[in-house]
Amino acid sequence: MLLIHCPYCERELPELEFRQSGEAHIARPADWNAVSDEDFEKFFFIRDNRKGVVFERWRHVHGCGRFFNAARHSVSDKFIRTYKAGEAKPELAPGEVEAVTPKGRGTPANEPVRQNGEGNAA
Amino acid sequence: MSAPSANTGQNRIPGKGRLSPARTVSFTWDGKRLGAMEGDTLASALIANGIHLAGRSFKYHRPRGILSGGAEEPNALATIARDAVRMQPNIRAPMQEVFDGMIATSQNRWPSLAFDIGAVNDWMGRFLSAGFYYKTFMWPKSFWKNVYEPFIRQAAGLGSAPKEADPDRYANRFAHCDVLVVGAGPAGLSAALGAARDGKRVIICDENAQAGGHLRADATARISGKPGYEWAQSVVAELSANANVTVLPRTTAFGYYSHNMVALVEQVTDHLARPAADLPRERLWQVRAAKVVLATGAIERHLVFADNDRPGIMLASAAQLMLNHYGVIPGRKIGVYTACDSAWNAAFDFRQAGVDIVAIIDCRKDVPSSLLAKANDLGIPVKTGHAVVKTSGRLRIKSMTVEPVDGTASTKYEIDSLLMSGGWTPSVHLFSQSRGKLDWDEAGGRFLPGIGAEDCTSVGACNGTLTLADAIREGAMATGGPGPEVDEEATMAGFLLGAAKGAGPEDFVKAFVDYQNDVTAKDIRLAVKEGFRSIEHVKRYTTTGMATDQGKMSNLHGLAIAAHALGNDIPSVGHTTFRSPYTPVTFGTIVNHAKGDLFDPTRRTPMHGWAQGQGAMFEDVGQWKRAWYFPRGGETMKEAVDRECLAVRNAAGIFDASTLGKIEVVGPDAVKFMNLMYTNPWDKLEPGRCRYGIMLREDGFIYDDGVIGRLADDRFHVTTTTGGAARVMNMMEDYLQTEFPQWNVWLTSISEQWAVIAVQGPKAREIIEPFVEGIDLEAMPHMSIREGRFCGVPTRLMRVSFTGEAGYEINVPADHGRAVWEAIWERGEPMGLTPYGTEAMHVLRAEKGFIIVGQDTDGTVTPDDAGVAWAIGKNKADFVGIRGLKRPDLIAPGRKQLVGLKTADPKVVLEEGAQIVETPGASIPAPMIGHVTSSYWSANCGRSIAMALVKDGRAKAGQTLYVPMANETIAVEVTGTVFFDEEGARVNG
Repeated sequence: MLLIHCPYCERELPELEFRQSGEAHIARPADWNAVSDEDFEKFFFIRDNRKGVVFERWRHVHGCGRFFNAARHSVSDKFIRTYKAGEAKPELAPGEVEAVTPKGRGTPANEPVRQNGEGNAA
Repeated sequence: MSAPSANTGQNRIPGKGRLSPARTVSFTWDGKRLGAMEGDTLASALIANGIHLAGRSFKYHRPRGILSGGAEEPNALATIARDAVRMQPNIRAPMQEVFDGMIATSQNRWPSLAFDIGAVNDWMGRFLSAGFYYKTFMWPKSFWKNVYEPFIRQAAGLGSAPKEADPDRYANRFAHCDVLVVGAGPAGLSAALGAARDGKRVIICDENAQAGGHLRADATARISGKPGYEWAQSVVAELSANANVTVLPRTTAFGYYSHNMVALVEQVTDHLARPAADLPRERLWQVRAAKVVLATGAIERHLVFADNDRPGIMLASAAQLMLNHYGVIPGRKIGVYTACDSAWNAAFDFRQAGVDIVAIIDCRKDVPSSLLAKANDLGIPVKTGHAVVKTSGRLRIKSMTVEPVDGTASTKYEIDSLLMSGGWTPSVHLFSQSRGKLDWDEAGGRFLPGIGAEDCTSVGACNGTLTLADAIREGAMATGGPGPEVDEEATMAGFLLGAAKGAGPEDFVKAFVDYQNDVTAKDIRLAVKEGFRSIEHVKRYTTTGMATDQGKMSNLHGLAIAAHALGNDIPSVGHTTFRSPYTPVTFGTIVNHAKGDLFDPTRRTPMHGWAQGQGAMFEDVGQWKRAWYFPRGGETMKEAVDRECLAVRNAAGIFDASTLGKIEVVGPDAVKFMNLMYTNPWDKLEPGRCRYGIMLREDGFIYDDGVIGRLADDRFHVTTTTGGAARVMNMMEDYLQTEFPQWNVWLTSISEQWAVIAVQGPKAREIIEPFVEGIDLEAMPHMSIREGRFCGVPTRLMRVSFTGEAGYEINVPADHGRAVWEAIWERGEPMGLTPYGTEAMHVLRAEKGFIIVGQDTDGTVTPDDAGVAWAIGKNKADFVGIRGLKRPDLIAPGRKQLVGLKTADPKVVLEEGAQIVETPGASIPAPMIGHVTSSYWSANCGRSIAMALVKDGRAKAGQTLYVPMANETIAVEVTGTVFFDEEGARVNG
């Protein structure tokens, strides 16, 4: 169960209080006459669903009731940040993304405890 | 040596173990009364009483003994009962503490444990090979339902589920801590101690009753100058005395979820003879930890050799635990077969307790010289580079036959028990559940925790650490402490993975890999031979690792044998996925409080009690209880509904419409917002008037509908469907907050603020007239709304009709709902006013062709399909769904349209959901052109009526279509959707 920071309540709260509401930053067209069938398909049906950092909408439905956005890594489930609805899609610094990306082999973070190098082997 | 206490079993060694002979209990095993000591497990008590035969295996019904000393136990599963109702099957004997009066029963045997008729399967083993379900039960197809499935259902499963409802209570607790330590062995205790002394909030849990982990099985280690087990208890005492620390014995961490959420199950009463009435049986802990320390230890593996499953064969560590903790010995003439150093120490402990160790057989050629020297000192015969290739004994092992690993000269030893060890498998289950990556350690023959995905650290044996001193140091390191001094030489080094000598591809023997599912080395090789390549497929085809023990002992052996057969190395074959729960968790704990009345909230209207008093039958609509119909004097449902429907049209009916969703839309931009959310135009709707509104999703399909009244220029009283209230509110909030936050609009859910009483029918006005204050009823046209007082309380009075009759929906504050209802009833009853329920409401609206969203629509129906295209504002530039409606498929010809159906025989009522075809008797599959959405007997029409979605339905008016049913084909005529009062004169009264 995720811990989610509500940018309105300014508190980190359990996922039980929230409802995920799909991908963020999909603009609803202002002029429908200019929207082709292909545009509409992209607007309504096509979703990124990528492995990596996703921008998604949440609603603090059992709290303040506000909708907000989040940048989360879809593999590690770690949030980079949440921000209020209406704020621009944030530019993420490489360091921010790296901090939530699952570590590959040989990276220092989250390395297992190993005593005496190979000393545990039979 | 004095005689062991007779009543707690003949296999006790006086002076050994940590239980007190002064405290005894008694229990029954298959009906026989046995004595035990307080603190015994079912496993130790049975062995103390000389009972090794504890169960029959799943497939071959082979006699099986107690194999292990812990949660990994695959064989000794028993049904444990407290009384006739409180019983649970498949309890692992080493994990069940004996309590006075416990009723334990063996499983999977008939008629008795010693003579079991299913054992014939053992002789038919060649027909029950890998994938036998798939191969055997394929044909003929018709046999599946009547022959195979009942047989498999009968044979599958080990114990029987209890027949009565569970009377016990289960509790749930959320907890937060700085450090959660899973496992109270040496590494875990040392980690918890460091964190606690650092002032951290700590939770430490362990699945066993006593802390200590492997120290419980140990007799020689010294930590901080104390015997290891005593050190463990002193640490627990210190931790328990610390207000920041929660120590949870008998508590299994079974699931590791995102953001360091770990689920624990605490067994609260299963070990108590007379639990206090206020205690829950189990408690679910949902722990959120800043840091998790995994100290889950390691599980000893068996060795895969011929007939390695006879009762009397057990893991060396389990036997050592029996001896040093429970003071119990498995036999008097013990053989040891090992590939690991730790089994030697078990043998030494037994020898020093005066038990005959017949021989230590080690399949390794090189064994540490210290072990050889000690064996020599103790006079234990040793054969290194040898293997056990055969055992004998039907209900108990009698002998082992030993051969050199690369030779044939065999020696037979008479033994009454055999201790084995194939090395230790680190318990990486939780680490892997947390999505941490596992590294293959070739030198150690095991998977170890690699890169973690959560903030967690693995310490001790689960991290592959092989000595006590290292485990304790690692635990201390994880929380920053230096850790205590340790004096212990034993190691867990040495292993054998896969099949041992005598169980190779050429050997036609049963060498069990997975005891619980009866999977042999041969079965795994056969699966590979038959073309299975993925380890996930081999697992499912052979069912290895799929029993209730989830392959805790067997998975690595199975993987090694599969890898060998595939000619591949283990890392490239990979491992199967570790999933929660770590050990089986009761449904009681998972369901917890959410059962019975607490399963889901029940919503009742203010008038609920009145309806109950009238003997109403209720139906569930979402969480609401709604009065369904009001039977009188033994009426059937049909009789009651017919009477209610006639009464509404001939006099008047009263109906509880309080469950309707109600939203107040207020603000300077309210009309703009309404124009966005609903297809209809709202600018010209005058205050005081109502309109039927339709709400779409962006894709153009109907989402909800309802009557909306405009109270003022900037104030709308919106009603929604009963089931749609919450999602409509959510969708409105979504658009308002995220698309048009600049609009000045406020949304308030008022569903529960107003009780709604519908009074419908020719006498409606006459009935309500005297109650109305400040509203000119006569001047209120159909589809209007007024504010005033009703029966002395504020009202929003709507003249609307879902029946086609002149009628009113009277909104009054919910607290006054019942009083107002009763006042209307008191006046109306003598005038023929009749309460009607949701069933009559459905019939009446269908007589008028009014749709119900969700019944006549299904999320793929446009306003035009439903015949309500008139509700779309033609000149609007925007509303939700405006572009979706123009999608090619939504404007293409051939869409299904809502029409009426009249059966040729007016007495026949169609089934809702029935399919419609154009030609009767067409060959199967006949093209289906639609389905029935609503169908009723209409007493007012004197015939059945139905609505249906039919392809090009409106163009088919007058045509005959067919509804094929199991026993007949029903001819129907396509009609309009209005069956009663087509010109609609009655609403005007």
